[in-house]
Amino acid sequence: MKYVDEYRSPESIGRLLALIGRRSRNPVRLMEFCGGHTHAIFRFGLRQLLPPTVSLLAGPGCPVCVTSQPDLDRAIALSRVRGITLTTFGDMLRVPGSTGTLQEARAEGADVRVVYSTLDALSIARDNADREIVFLAVGFETTAPSVAAAVLTAEDEGLKNFSILSLHKLTPPAMRAILDAGEVALSGILGPGHVTTIVGSDAWDFLSREYGMPCAVAGFEPLDILMGVYALVDGIESGSSEVVNAYRRNVRREGNLQARQAIDRVFCVRATEWRGLGTLPASGLFLRDAFCGFDAASRFPVRVEPAEEPKGCLCGDVLRGRAQPPDCPLFGRTCSPQHPIGPCMVSGEGACAAHIRYREG
Amino acid sequence: MFSDTILLAHGSGGRMTHDLIGEVFHRHLGNSLLAAQDDAAVWVLSSPGPERIALTTDSYVVSPIFFPGGDIGRLAVCGTVNDLAMVGATPLYLTAGFILEEGLPRADLERVVASMAAAGRQAGVKIVAGDTKVVERGGADLMFITTAGVGEVPKGVCISGANVQPGDVAILSGPVGVHGLAVMSRREGLEFSFPLQSDCAPLNGLVSEMLKAGGPIHCLRDPTRGGLATTLNEIAGQSRVEIEIDEVCIPVSEEVRAACEMLGLDPLYVANEGKLVAFVAPDAERPVLEAMRRQRYGQQAAVIGRVTCAHPGRVVMKTLFGAHRILDMLTGEQLPRIC
Repeated sequence: MKYVDEYRSPESIGRLLALIGRRSRNPVRLMEFCGGHTHAIFRFGLRQLLPPTVSLLAGPGCPVCVTSQPDLDRAIALSRVRGITLTTFGDMLRVPGSTGTLQEARAEGADVRVVYSTLDALSIARDNADREIVFLAVGFETTAPSVAAAVLTAEDEGLKNFSILSLHKLTPPAMRAILDAGEVALSGILGPGHVTTIVGSDAWDFLSREYGMPCAVAGFEPLDILMGVYALVDGIESGSSEVVNAYRRNVRREGNLQARQAIDRVFCVRATEWRGLGTLPASGLFLRDAFCGFDAASRFPVRVEPAEEPKGCLCGDVLRGRAQPPDCPLFGRTCSPQHPIGPCMVSGEGACAAHIRYREG
Repeated sequence: MFSDTILLAHGSGGRMTHDLIGEVFHRHLGNSLLAAQDDAAVWVLSSPGPERIALTTDSYVVSPIFFPGGDIGRLAVCGTVNDLAMVGATPLYLTAGFILEEGLPRADLERVVASMAAAGRQAGVKIVAGDTKVVERGGADLMFITTAGVGEVPKGVCISGANVQPGDVAILSGPVGVHGLAVMSRREGLEFSFPLQSDCAPLNGLVSEMLKAGGPIHCLRDPTRGGLATTLNEIAGQSRVEIEIDEVCIPVSEEVRAACEMLGLDPLYVANEGKLVAFVAPDAERPVLEAMRRQRYGQQAAVIGRVTCAHPGRVVMKTLFGAHRILDMLTGEQLPRIC
């Protein structure tokens, strides 16, 4: 398979691992920001192959996982409003809110539909003029452009029964929050490849400038990830904290300008609440006033009770890198992929799901 | 009375039911046992009578009912034939129960029944009894089919998920993952630039050649829902053994790999309908593998792993780069990634 096989070649992987082994002298602790990285690292067993001096730590880069409990409850409450069809990506269905899951709401009669893209939600709106179609928009900068494009299309078409509940978040503020908290000692950051394709590698310059923290932006194939790790180890050993773009076939310094413009046109940036990280300034994407007709939050106000996170669940600590999934007293006992208690066990990008699904044999 | 669509009256048991049975079911599936039109099919056991009889049943609710490479009818025959074949039985007769939704185009029913007849001929089995019910619109999704099958188990054949021994070799009959993707791509309207055809096929011919190859076959299983990974876990649990497989050796077609990469799925968890995994004693590896490769549905058969007694109930996979990780059962549905 072209564009994949060359990044999974055992010979190239072997050579790169040897290179990392030779270059790495001092112990380093690297955080992979993105849940996509965490899953690839576990799926290919990369942790076992790296030299003992290099340890990898999962970060907060799982959009489903960082969705706050009140936001989750709001989405579930919205799905129960008569006349509303709630559309969303599959992962969201099984995440437990304090009043159940979207899956349970569906079983009780709510119209909840899984879509593969925002455009599917638009088609549902076109085909069901008598219903209000709400798209539950969860994601980072990667999915925000397609949501923006859907809103712009809906506006062009004069589609009145389409709206979004925007829970979109920006990644640099989360990285900043983790470094500011200083709870975990980190030597470098493996930057998120897909997010950076949109925002550009310049978006991570503050890591070096303000924190002296090396960052390497990496893709998601094993060779990509190891190239990122090598760049970090090499930088740390030589005392450099520059941002390295180890995903050159996709990432440019300025990112994808067209996508960034679409985000800017449709969304404004405000403070928002993250699971595990609290309320972070300038970290949430909300619809601009010009698009308020597409804002499900203002069009269909629902009341949700203040909610606490599940008792004993360490998802918040896991998202900050403070705890590893097996440190959680619920992990593998009461919380499992069959009966998830926290979101990190549900999502295809959650660290707990990666740990349990691909645990070492 | 001829009607282009299925009406509730077709399930009334009256004239229209009889006409439908004659015009659709008997016309396509006709055989002497069905033609007797008694309440049950009666046949004479082969002589000397078989030692053991195998009996199985399965329901089919696939949506859409027509998909690339097959349809619900072919699936309903092959699925039940394969369940019989997986205990080493020679499948003989099937029954078929139809639950039809009012408004189903009659042409679709004909197409499905004709496809069942063709699959039956290919597998060498006869459909000898059946039943038809019609439910009001919305009471079913076009058509559900339940088939049951009966077969004879040859003397000396002892195949079970509980029979796998440490030292056994695991052989897979061909590339995995294509059925699930073919159905999903049609259901979700996903267009790929390459063909994805379901592998839906009767495997009794393949199994019979494997049995003739000599050497003990301890276990056969077709990795349907939940895919290969789930099947291996079931067997590891049933036989209380550890199965160690090698990722490099598992055949997966380029098309399936590409589609799975795009959708964020793992081919080892995607359903198959024309594949089997066999556990054989080490000295049976060569003859069984060679016999499989001579067959249409076993041409790409490959050894994918071995059985040990290290951690009973566990499946471990050696990854492409030599790391080891647990291969777990599927939990829930496989869902596409969101970022």
